[in-house]
Amino acid sequence: MGDSLRTPLSRVTGLGSAKDGTHHWWMQRLTAIALVPLTFWFVASLASLVGADRDQVADWMAGPLPALLMILFLGTAFYHFKLGLQVVIEDYVHAEWVKITLLVLNNFFCIALGGACVLSVLLLLFGG
Amino acid sequence: MATQDRPLSPHLQVYRPQITSMLSILHRITGVGLGAGTLLIAWWLIAAATGPEAFDTAQAFIGSLIGRLILLGFTWALFYHLCNGIRHLVWDAGYGYDLDSVTRTGWLVVVASLVLTALAWIAGYGMRGL
Repeated sequence: MGDSLRTPLSRVTGLGSAKDGTHHWWMQRLTAIALVPLTFWFVASLASLVGADRDQVADWMAGPLPALLMILFLGTAFYHFKLGLQVVIEDYVHAEWVKITLLVLNNFFCIALGGACVLSVLLLLFGG
Repeated sequence: MATQDRPLSPHLQVYRPQITSMLSILHRITGVGLGAGTLLIAWWLIAAATGPEAFDTAQAFIGSLIGRLILLGFTWALFYHLCNGIRHLVWDAGYGYDLDSVTRTGWLVVVASLVLTALAWIAGYGMRGL
């Protein structure tokens, strides 16, 4: 340890050269755990809505609990997808400018589409 | 860049396909596929918020043969990724690394994903009948 070029502060913070530490890994696990019950709820809900028309879907989504769970599911799922696709891009895309472009688009795609989904739920909740 | 054309190692194609490696890459493939599938969910939600005509259009596509096939694939990919994700979480906790366990839990995940997919679709079609 005495011969290490790393400073004591660097070792204590444990953030590494990317200054991010285990944050990405941890958030991927945290969202994964949250998605286990949320996914079962999501599939059960969709199964119960098979054949429903727009008004029945709107009525169902107007309940605070389904709306809350749907927003939690969407937010967690899109965040989890953003984290996962980021690793896939980093692993397989080696041309620097292509990689950076795809990483930016990954963020834009997940935030924009996730935002549109959550907004739709809110519109239905508040009397769409 | 000088490093661009270096040969890549390992040469994956010389290895015999095994349950471990196949399920590992399948986890990534289903993950990316599910991300693409969110477009369908987004369409359905946005259409519901837009109005009856938009919702009928989305519903007509989802109810078509191609729509149902995509939804079936999405359901299985979702349950596979969910079950194999739980397998990963167990590994993260430090359990199930020996070869017997890895093989057993691998096949368990495959069977569980198929059973859960079947249950979800039976439930869905049951609702339709009511």
